[in-house]
Amino acid sequence: MTDVSIDVQGVARRYGRRWALAGVTFGVPAGTVVMVAGRNGAGKSTLFRVLATAIRPDRGTATIGGFDVVKHRQDVRRMTAILSHANYLYDALSAKENLHIVADHLGVSRGGVMGILEQVGLASRADDVVATFSAGMRKRLSFGRILLQDPKVVLLDEPYGALDPAGFDLVDEVIRELKRRGATIMMATHQWERSAALSDAALVLEAGKIVFEGPADQVASC
Amino acid sequence: MKSRVPYVFLALGAALLLFGSYWGLFIAPAEQYMGNVQRIMYVHVPTAWSWMLAILWAFGCAIAFLSTSNMKWDSRMEAGVEVGVLLAFMLCCQGAIWAKPTWGVWWDWDPRLTSVAVLLVASLGIMALRSFVDDPHRRAIWSAVATIIASVDLPIVYFSVKWWNSLHQQQSTPNTVSSAFYIPLRVNAFGVLFLMIGFIWLRTRVAALRLRQETAIPHGYEEAGELA
Amino acid sequence: MLTAALRKELLLQWRTRSQMMAVFVFGATSLLLFSFAIGPNAEMLRTFSSGFLWLGLLLSSTLTLAESFHTEMENRAFEGLLLLPSDARALYYGKAIANWLQLTLLGCALVPVMVILYDAGTTALLKLLVIIMLGAAGLSAPGTLYAGITSQVKAKQMLLPLLLFPLIVPALLASVKATSLVILGDPMGQSKAWITLLGAFDLIYWSLCGLLFGRVVED
Repeated sequence: MTDVSIDVQGVARRYGRRWALAGVTFGVPAGTVVMVAGRNGAGKSTLFRVLATAIRPDRGTATIGGFDVVKHRQDVRRMTAILSHANYLYDALSAKENLHIVADHLGVSRGGVMGILEQVGLASRADDVVATFSAGMRKRLSFGRILLQDPKVVLLDEPYGALDPAGFDLVDEVIRELKRRGATIMMATHQWERSAALSDAALVLEAGKIVFEGPADQVASC
Repeated sequence: MKSRVPYVFLALGAALLLFGSYWGLFIAPAEQYMGNVQRIMYVHVPTAWSWMLAILWAFGCAIAFLSTSNMKWDSRMEAGVEVGVLLAFMLCCQGAIWAKPTWGVWWDWDPRLTSVAVLLVASLGIMALRSFVDDPHRRAIWSAVATIIASVDLPIVYFSVKWWNSLHQQQSTPNTVSSAFYIPLRVNAFGVLFLMIGFIWLRTRVAALRLRQETAIPHGYEEAGELA
Repeated sequence: MLTAALRKELLLQWRTRSQMMAVFVFGATSLLLFSFAIGPNAEMLRTFSSGFLWLGLLLSSTLTLAESFHTEMENRAFEGLLLLPSDARALYYGKAIANWLQLTLLGCALVPVMVILYDAGTTALLKLLVIIMLGAAGLSAPGTLYAGITSQVKAKQMLLPLLLFPLIVPALLASVKATSLVILGDPMGQSKAWITLLGAFDLIYWSLCGLLFGRVVED
């Protein structure tokens, strides 16, 4: 079983003169689920984007499974999937076509696509164009993208956002499924109680720094 | 204390240019066929040489930046592009001043002048690109890429226009000068070169300072260990 | 990877084909407007027809090139592909080829307009097609790269033409000249030289831009 732990050392990232991340250091053991809490603008999305190699850190280093996010980008990307605020979808294409494209680029068969659409509850809308989808449906399709990638490390940025109660259950289900597959999961969320039930540990970010690191059920009190 | 060398270059360059221009205007003999109009060559040719060097400099800095990711090459490249724009603009003006009495028109399809004009617009485009990008790193990468692409284009543009012109009758273009005119030309060549070096040096400093200001660490994070 | 990228591009183009119609109308209208600059002088219209064709195609290309990245940027779909991971070079060539096909199609569609408006017909259709293909390739390679840059910048509409136009001057010259020789006659057999120049330009820029594209889309 490959090492899929996450190790972050003093990572900082600026936008102009503002430091969105101002030196964060933490580790996530392989196969665990870590909840990341924090106010809007605390740096959660920036942290995830650095780990997903979408952006580089200005300071510090981060490794996933031993691979550096800057020097071994492609290796990190092969292991990692991110559920981002942007849904990475083509509005002009159908749900099925969007997943076909992902399958083609991953080099996997298109055969599993319908199964995944069923899993995320979009089978009945498979041939509908994404432009007609609600925000919640797009989120479900984004989950479909992740399942198709079968990643070892999953970064979920506000997975519960825009979903209905059935969607919430779907998210929990997906997280449990990924956990079963041995993935390492980090999720940024405001749904503390719900996520705490699934998480092994928690981090709280404030103004780009970690202000709490510990058991997930203590987050609400800090 | 910042080095004063660039100012030395500027002073020397200005002095040489003044001396060379005086010689070229008043002491050197008039050219056999073109008369006094030809005297503009004493600034036109040196400006052309310096312009080509400026483009080469910018091209080199762009490659250096993409290879090393060191921002000082970006500052140097920015200076090279801007000084190149200045020189190109001067070249077009000087060329037009020469063209009007000689050919009767301000502009003709001279391959060299056309290449300068095309590169001038391309360089203005690169400067415009830089002004619209806030993130220094991306700005550096994109303008380095654009500079490389534009520089590679320069010889291609030159040959295309030359080819195009060879199909039509072509008036004589300002050509290299015979030995009787060497001294003022040489002096001015060094004059313009030194001025260019001085300007690029100082402009690089300005670019580096602005970059420092853009990426300064805000108060509160400077304490040791805060951004380890 | 390249086939995957190309498949996606062609699918996207097919889905948004109604926009192609609008771009064609734009190009045709440009050709009409150019003819007003000359007036009803049939001889002159015919002489300058190739120039107008290529100018019309160039102006239209700014629309199609910019649009080819618009769909990628609205939901950050392009980033999504890069993170799968995908090879940025393959994504570039997929898009550049798709843009090239689109511009070739547009060029061919504008030829009948040119024939009608400027009485500029020719029987050497195969040669004309080759020139259009090579010229479109010359626009597509740097155009796709620059569209990739400008789609991430504020003043995108203004920057793309400003960056692209000076660059493609040699391709424009060669295309116009070669097309002109095909339409007006080529007694001295010069068109081969221009087509060669066009081919060389294409070779250089298809290689160079592919090499540089990775740096342009990654942070």
